[in-house]
Amino acid sequence: MDAAAPAIELDGLRRRYGHRLALDGVTLTLAAGQTLVVFGPNGAGKSTLLRVLATLLRPTDGVVRILGEALPERAWIVRGHLGLLTHEPLLYGDLSARENLRFHARLRGVPLQRVDDLLAEVKLERRADEPVHTYSRGMLQRTAACRAVLHDPALLLLDEPRANLDPGAIELLEPLVGRQSGRSRVVTSHDPAAGLAEADLVLGLKDGRTAFLAAPDELTPGAITDLYRT
Amino acid sequence: MSLEPRGITTRKAVGALLRKELLLERRVPQVLPAMALFSITTFVVFRFALDATSVEGDTASGVLWVTLLFAAMLGAGRLYVADHEEGGIDALLLAPVDRTALLISKAVTFLVFLVLVEVVALPAFVILLLGPGLSPGDIAALALVLLMADVGIAVIGTLFGALAIQTRARDLILPLMALPLLVPVIISAAKASAPLLAATGADSLPGRYLALLGLYDLVFGLLAYAVFDYLFDD
Repeated sequence: MDAAAPAIELDGLRRRYGHRLALDGVTLTLAAGQTLVVFGPNGAGKSTLLRVLATLLRPTDGVVRILGEALPERAWIVRGHLGLLTHEPLLYGDLSARENLRFHARLRGVPLQRVDDLLAEVKLERRADEPVHTYSRGMLQRTAACRAVLHDPALLLLDEPRANLDPGAIELLEPLVGRQSGRSRVVTSHDPAAGLAEADLVLGLKDGRTAFLAAPDELTPGAITDLYRT
Repeated sequence: MSLEPRGITTRKAVGALLRKELLLERRVPQVLPAMALFSITTFVVFRFALDATSVEGDTASGVLWVTLLFAAMLGAGRLYVADHEEGGIDALLLAPVDRTALLISKAVTFLVFLVLVEVVALPAFVILLLGPGLSPGDIAALALVLLMADVGIAVIGTLFGALAIQTRARDLILPLMALPLLVPVIISAAKASAPLLAATGADSLPGRYLALLGLYDLVFGLLAYAVFDYLFDD
């Protein structure tokens, strides 16, 4: 990766579902190692933005460059450097956490020892061999976080990563998916105070359009809350 | 300098995916029991519906292939369910592997399921319906016909299973699209099997129909390879 390449460059990104424009002209640049926090009411386009960045959706129009590589042309290379954590854990319920993670490790050419190390890090070793459909929501999220960082991605895409987690679990996941990880991150959030605290850049989306794009010290929690009211 | 590619070979990806498919089916058997039970139940129904204690030749071949075809549709419909319902498809699409690996692993998994079902269904068919006994030569020839037809069914089932799983009416879409395309396979397989199941036995392998099955497997295998990548593009 080019050392000077921004983590994300968007220029006039549009994404259409049939006649509906889910993203309309989103333009921003996120420097490597920084965190972009995205706010917006339900249906504003946050999940669509994450899926475009994750290479799961093609942009309808505009320029998208991830880690210096253009999408969708270079999607296959970008995928090796992305981690995605969404509301869905993307795990097979009938397999154990260890089996799920080993499957993903094999699929990405990651040594299997990394699975055991991560399970120990999130304190799941004791139940690592039980089917994940028996896990609590918090345990599922911890396993999903392990899946997202298994291949040591340079860019993490996180859809409300702290939802359903108790303070202890949030603390456990911080070195993996938090600011401490040192990775470039895109985080969607509905919590203005917590979001502002971890952001280097804040994007507000409303009906697919950019409502604001600013540094966190230029915004207040009240201004973000207004995004949900208007 | 561009981003360093991080991926594994298609062969390794197929290995990882196959291992996962078989582990899932072994952990919670969903596809195999349904297909096997359907086959045996259908043979029982045919036995009473035809009001015959035994069948042979064209009729036996027809009964066998109609049953196997619908059992296969049942299996194809379940092929992507775990991936779709548990979000595994997104996780697979996020991996830096050639999507051909997904096609190959699903098709091989389906082929293994078809063969395993036939290992159960064929003896049941012989016991419940087939009049004439099968010589070792007939059994070997029938196994070849079954295998060649299974390859075509596995390719079509994998291809259209992937398409159908992304629609809300997947239980309708899959047979609607796959069955017409499988007609040549079933006709060829039935024609090739009929002499083997006849009371007089077969003199030689039905080469013309085996060639048709081979051609079908080749053409649809290449077609699936060409279009599979696009099935998961939004």
